[in-house]
Amino acid sequence: MNEITKLTPADWASDQEVRWCPGCGDYAILKAVQRTMPELGVSRENTVFVSGIGCSSRFPYYMETYGFHTIHGRAPAVATGVKLANPELDVWLVTGDGDGLSIGGNHMLHLIRRNLDCQVLLFNNEIYGLTKGQYSPTSRVGTRSPSTPFGSVDRPTNPCAFAIGCGGRFVARAIDTNLKTLPEVLKRAHANKGTSFVEIYQNCIVYNDGVFEDFTEKKAAPATQLWLEDGQPMLFAGGTKGLRLNRDHLHLEVVDVVDGDWQAADVLVHEESNKAVAQMLIDMPFPAFPIALGVIYCDPAPTFEAAVTAQNAEVSAGKTPDLNALIRKGQSWTVDGKPHAV
Amino acid sequence: MATALKTIKEARAPLATAESVVVRFAGDSGDGMQLTGGQFTLSTALAGNDLATFPDFPAEIRAPQGTTFGVSAFQINFGSTEIDTAGDEPDVLIAMNPAALKTNVDALKPGGLIIADEGEFGSRNLAKAGYGEVNPLEDDSLAKWQLIRLNISQLTLDAVKPFGLGTKDALRCKNMWTLGLALWMFDRDRQPLIDWLKAKFAKNPVIADANIAALNAGHAYGETAEIGGPMKQYHVDPAPVAPGLYRTVTGSESLAMGLVAGTQLAGLKMFFGGYPITPASAILHYLSRLKEFGVTTFQAEDEIAAIASAIGASYAGQLGITSSSGPGIALKGEAMGLAVMTELPLVIVNSQRGGPSTGLPTKTEQSDLYQAVYGRNGDTPMPVIAARSPVDAFDCAIEACRIAVQFMTPVILLTDGYIANAAEPWKVPDMAGYEPFPVKFLDHVPEGGLKPYGRNEKLARPWIKPGTPGLMHRIGGIEKQVGTGNLDYSPANHQAMTNARKAKVDNIANHVPEQDVTLGAPGGKLAVVGWGSTFGPIHQAVLRARAKGRDVSQIHVRHIWPLPRNLGDLLKSYDRVIVPEMNTGQFKTVLRDQYLVDARPLNKVSGQPFKISEIEAAIEEALA
Repeated sequence: MNEITKLTPADWASDQEVRWCPGCGDYAILKAVQRTMPELGVSRENTVFVSGIGCSSRFPYYMETYGFHTIHGRAPAVATGVKLANPELDVWLVTGDGDGLSIGGNHMLHLIRRNLDCQVLLFNNEIYGLTKGQYSPTSRVGTRSPSTPFGSVDRPTNPCAFAIGCGGRFVARAIDTNLKTLPEVLKRAHANKGTSFVEIYQNCIVYNDGVFEDFTEKKAAPATQLWLEDGQPMLFAGGTKGLRLNRDHLHLEVVDVVDGDWQAADVLVHEESNKAVAQMLIDMPFPAFPIALGVIYCDPAPTFEAAVTAQNAEVSAGKTPDLNALIRKGQSWTVDGKPHAV
Repeated sequence: MATALKTIKEARAPLATAESVVVRFAGDSGDGMQLTGGQFTLSTALAGNDLATFPDFPAEIRAPQGTTFGVSAFQINFGSTEIDTAGDEPDVLIAMNPAALKTNVDALKPGGLIIADEGEFGSRNLAKAGYGEVNPLEDDSLAKWQLIRLNISQLTLDAVKPFGLGTKDALRCKNMWTLGLALWMFDRDRQPLIDWLKAKFAKNPVIADANIAALNAGHAYGETAEIGGPMKQYHVDPAPVAPGLYRTVTGSESLAMGLVAGTQLAGLKMFFGGYPITPASAILHYLSRLKEFGVTTFQAEDEIAAIASAIGASYAGQLGITSSSGPGIALKGEAMGLAVMTELPLVIVNSQRGGPSTGLPTKTEQSDLYQAVYGRNGDTPMPVIAARSPVDAFDCAIEACRIAVQFMTPVILLTDGYIANAAEPWKVPDMAGYEPFPVKFLDHVPEGGLKPYGRNEKLARPWIKPGTPGLMHRIGGIEKQVGTGNLDYSPANHQAMTNARKAKVDNIANHVPEQDVTLGAPGGKLAVVGWGSTFGPIHQAVLRARAKGRDVSQIHVRHIWPLPRNLGDLLKSYDRVIVPEMNTGQFKTVLRDQYLVDARPLNKVSGQPFKISEIEAAIEEALA
């Protein structure tokens, strides 16, 4: 472990030249990940980054770990094979809104419902970057793009709502450039055993610049970002606003908090394992509500690879793998040395 | 075809009826015909006959009762001589209802015997089968065959009466009554079947006893009833096979066992990613019970995930295997390209069925050869191997594993619906006779530095497991730089890597056996060149033609890609080449392309295997 603790963020960077557009949010995420890795107490050789196709999916090339840049949408399936073949490996999956929710939506569903132990970093920039700017399944209605010159008409999906709907047991949100909070969310994701789904709002400077600025801008942040912490009241705007549960109609509402007395305002305390509230937090419409960030839902369950490994071991117990016995199994007959005359 | 039957003289004359018999059981899909056929097969094997079977069932699980499209049939050919096919024409047809008679009687040999359950020939069933008002058992429409009418339904009800079953359950014993009669006809021992029934219905002894009673009653009926006429007992001598231990095996079973053997010989664990599809699912089912052999099976969410997970497992150091049929293989195409690009070992099994699209899910065809050899984007060479029979699938599966791990490449293993479902006797080998091919993972930085895309004498790159200290590297589907495997789009590099991938696969031809001549000798007037499950009918047809003095040889190709290094010269040593295939001429095209030989097609795409007579006729025509 000595070697591990001595590693620095630079040790986690590969010798490959990073090829994203200047100013891309991916740089910030890469930096946050490289900064987080030395603090996890893991080794580089046991770490595998698996990705699909898209700008975000180039990520593995820049990490000094094992890496597999696969095909469009299929990273969850490849990662499942990697983890089942060697559950000791620490598997990270890097994907985007198109890769993970459009072409790979089906695999993402099954990865999450099986609860394979891995960290999913979904870079959501609400656009197809690598194919030059078409709208994506998270693009808002009316998004003008080369394929929707008059504005998109189909309704977007909400990545965290998708994840929790698939049976996800860990759902979190973070922002690309926030180098203080992103590593904290990554650490929590890594600590969770199971599929840890992290949606990262990532700015595409070329095709969708500023799409999240209403809440990512420094000035706007306090009034629009709700950072969730287990056991803490759901406060934002410097503690002057909070969220309350309207118990008659079962929805959240924003309340003013006077003099920090959040109890008086009946502000909810965040309970990570409360799925019903997590779903409400995910679904809050912006800007009427703040954006819920941090660990929104965490309620661990047994992992897929543990169940597979346990069953493999259980049904193999006491059995000797004998090929000769296998191929002789069942009804057989012996022909003696004297062939019958015809 | 029993592989041990090397003692057969190829000069043998065409088989006489006494030496072999073809029986077809046909009934409703709910009548248990496949089970009846399977058990009759076992009794045939235990009697020492060589045999081949052809289960032919509808895609519907339980089609409406009594309809022609719900008919399920099982044909078996058995004899005292070498049997390679399920037989061109049945000698005996057992028809459990009018629909079964209607759909099968035309295949019956003129003068052949029909045993019909007249209890099922009521007006409703006649109408459903399209006979209208006329009962074919009562007019002269069956005059060219011999007909025995038995009220099997009533005889079964009488036999199982003491057990107090409801009529529906009682009638379900019909197939055992029929099997009992068939056992009598062919002078078979009932005891193995009685043992099997007791084991199968161990939890329900009344059902076991009722079925045994039906079996005994059918047998006794043959023994005691004054049937007269065409009904007589046959005796078929055991076939002269090499001594040893035998079992029957279907292609799916032997292929699955071969994959286990291949993985073990490589010293690896197996990861099998599959998705249910007819007729490939049996392989997934079989392997999912063999966890003690280090087998992990994963029923993925779709065909793409099945292969992608297998690629992930290969990357992590197990042997990834996936299996499907044509439509599923089509979905795996992109991932195959990834396996080619990342140069990871992988076995892809295709149990071919009638296409295109959903096509004929339960019928056999060989029409995925283009798909296997060419069916990917880019210049994406992959080795392709084809099994010729249920037994051959075992060795082919081992060979596929060997090539995959030794050459760091995905390999396609072709089988088909006929091989998958058909059974034949297998002289069980001793695994000690198989040479292991243990995999050596790279576990240290070699002299000159780490080169994930460096190549050994087989032109294969090193296999490096994640988790190995000091060897961290990145792979992926983007063009790789020679040696390092880093991204590299440069023109010269793409040319070099395309050449390297091609050279690696081409070079496999230097590591597989030269093409042999199965029957006959190199050079001559005619070669009949086949691949896959056409082996049986081609073999018998060439045997018969040679017995008549014709100058014809049989060449059967296992290594479809790359082709055996001597095949071109071999083909050119014949005046004529014909290629029988269950497609519109795919292998013929490959042979023409590779060797500029005038290979002539003989094609059949009816969902049914070739008849021996069809190939015999083509031989006669080619030599005329």
